[in-house]
Amino acid sequence: MTIDAARSLPDLTGHFGPFGGRFAPEALMAALDELTTSYETAMADPAFRAELDHLLATYAGRPSLLTEAKRFGAEAGGARILLKREDLNHTGSHKINNVLGQALLTRRMGKTRIIAETGAGQHGVATATAAALLGLECVVYMGEVDTVRQALNVARMRMLGAEVVPVTTGSRTLKDACNEAFRDWVATVDDTHYCIGSVMGPHPFPMMVRDFQRIIGVEAREQVLELTGRPPDAVVACVGGGSNAIGAFHAFVPDEGVRLYGFEAGGSGVESGKHAATLVGGSLGVIHGMRTYLLQDEDGQTLETHSVSAGLDYPGVGPEHSWLHDSGRATYEAVTDAEAMDAFALLCRTEGIIPAIESAHALAGALRVGRELGPDATIVVCLSGRGDKDMHTAAEWFGLVEGEGPAGA
Amino acid sequence: MSERSGSESMERTEGAPARTVATAFEQAKAEGRAALVGYLPAGFPSFEGAVTAAKTMVEAGCDVIEIGLPYTDPLMDGPTIQDAVHQALTGGIRVADVFRTVEAVAATGVRTLVMTYWNPVDRYGVDAFARDLSSAGGCGLITPDLTPEEAEPWLAASDAYDLDRVFLVALSSTDERLAKITALCRGFVYAASLMGVTGARSAVDTGAAHLVERTRKAMTQPSSLPVGLGLGVSNGEQAAEVAGFADGVIVGSAFIRRLLDAPSLDAGLDAVRRLTAELAAGVRR
Repeated sequence: MTIDAARSLPDLTGHFGPFGGRFAPEALMAALDELTTSYETAMADPAFRAELDHLLATYAGRPSLLTEAKRFGAEAGGARILLKREDLNHTGSHKINNVLGQALLTRRMGKTRIIAETGAGQHGVATATAAALLGLECVVYMGEVDTVRQALNVARMRMLGAEVVPVTTGSRTLKDACNEAFRDWVATVDDTHYCIGSVMGPHPFPMMVRDFQRIIGVEAREQVLELTGRPPDAVVACVGGGSNAIGAFHAFVPDEGVRLYGFEAGGSGVESGKHAATLVGGSLGVIHGMRTYLLQDEDGQTLETHSVSAGLDYPGVGPEHSWLHDSGRATYEAVTDAEAMDAFALLCRTEGIIPAIESAHALAGALRVGRELGPDATIVVCLSGRGDKDMHTAAEWFGLVEGEGPAGA
Repeated sequence: MSERSGSESMERTEGAPARTVATAFEQAKAEGRAALVGYLPAGFPSFEGAVTAAKTMVEAGCDVIEIGLPYTDPLMDGPTIQDAVHQALTGGIRVADVFRTVEAVAATGVRTLVMTYWNPVDRYGVDAFARDLSSAGGCGLITPDLTPEEAEPWLAASDAYDLDRVFLVALSSTDERLAKITALCRGFVYAASLMGVTGARSAVDTGAAHLVERTRKAMTQPSSLPVGLGLGVSNGEQAAEVAGFADGVIVGSAFIRRLLDAPSLDAGLDAVRRLTAELAAGVRR
């Protein structure tokens, strides 16, 4: 991680151009300032970096592999598809990269309790894991709807000693879990760190989470260069809040020849209104402490989102993505539930890898990009997580349960 | 505050009072007591119900009314206000209805503010929102998730339409921040009595009086702003305690609780009237 490169944006007040910033209750301002200072001091401290790097190498399993997906690539216009295997990390997704950093920071700040929001449960599981490792008390807020569709992850978090609180307000999904975590934090900020799981929230979170996740792209860039001798033609990732995508993109942003593609959850189709494609179908506003694109009605009320993927089911997006979108550096498109599930099945059958449904949106996007760029293209796809947690949804969708027909096809 | 009570008010039509909430605090102070500030979201329990409840609160002794703008993601609010706001939104309340509510309540002569999360204002257009709030007779805004750092458009709009702007201070605010925030406040300063979300509490946080004291010290203007204390206050006893050290006592969830628990709107209004009287007696103890 080169800090200088990571630091060109945001500015000192956390703005990526007009996006980001800090729209937070006054009660949290002192804690956000403290966090910013602690983070900067920690990252400048070789001992902190060494401990984080050691954990990433010996606990999380980094560097993660870059796997060539030849049979899948044949379906993607013959393009050379390289999967960045974040699914092979401990806990099964990229979330551990960020959580280890924030958990070490929590201990460094002298705080003893860590809280988190989670959608699919991947961030919650990662947080519960790091809390167990470092002996921190852990509470995870999860929308009630998500506790049902991601029941396996609820059990994992509880096994790891975390308290899982089902959130029953609003749409009972990820955004409501965020609200509840903020409410907890305002009351407990003295001894508690809110470990935000994506590149969202008030400054310094979008910057800090990005810095912890950019190792994905840093490694991928080295691995591709070693393999092919040149940077890839495109980097592809799914975008909910957008942490795996920023992690995958960031090291490639200066490589002008590398196209960056983010694929958002198109649900039943953007035109249906039932989706979570914030950059494709949203407008500018303020949510969860940041100025960014979001899905809102004409009164500024947050719209309910729809996606087969609990992890992408979020009405906002990290402010740096809004910046990359408006500046034209990255391209964002929507992938429907059906396209994502087709790609999910395709990767299973062609490569023997079961992806998370979130990551399946990136795979569907890779099929699109590969067919456009053709057989000479090299495309890095961030396989952000594994799909064990999604077997219940997939079994229903494809009719794999005895005596039941397919629900999705 | 100092600039408004000075040269600016001289330019107004003779006899027309400056429409700042500060005058309500001044009047209470002249009576040797703290002001009672009551909060209710627009559209709860219905459009008419909210207007009637707010008028009831005024009749029974509230000096200032805060009309909440119902928002889908009220992350500073506890379960009581969340329930009320959810009910208001489910009932179809719109931003235009909030202005109509302000208009109806302000018509009673009571100083009326809107309390809102920032996104609805941002979406409406900050200048347009200020214009329409002013037209409706509102005094200004309380902004729980907008701090001075991001407030530039609102500072400009509130100046243009001569509106109060009430930022919050918290137990965790440094002296430096208290100075910065209070310098930009107009009308009054909203001191959050505890670290947490809205909702009734059994006791007033022991740090609250200290925060009010620190806030007053941070103000450098010749005539400093009144400091109102909110979050957690729910009965006459607590109101009396807070009135002992703050210029205003702010109550919200306790009113909503009365309306939520009542078997009918009339019963709810009776309960709201009794609570207001109890609190009004409290600030006079």
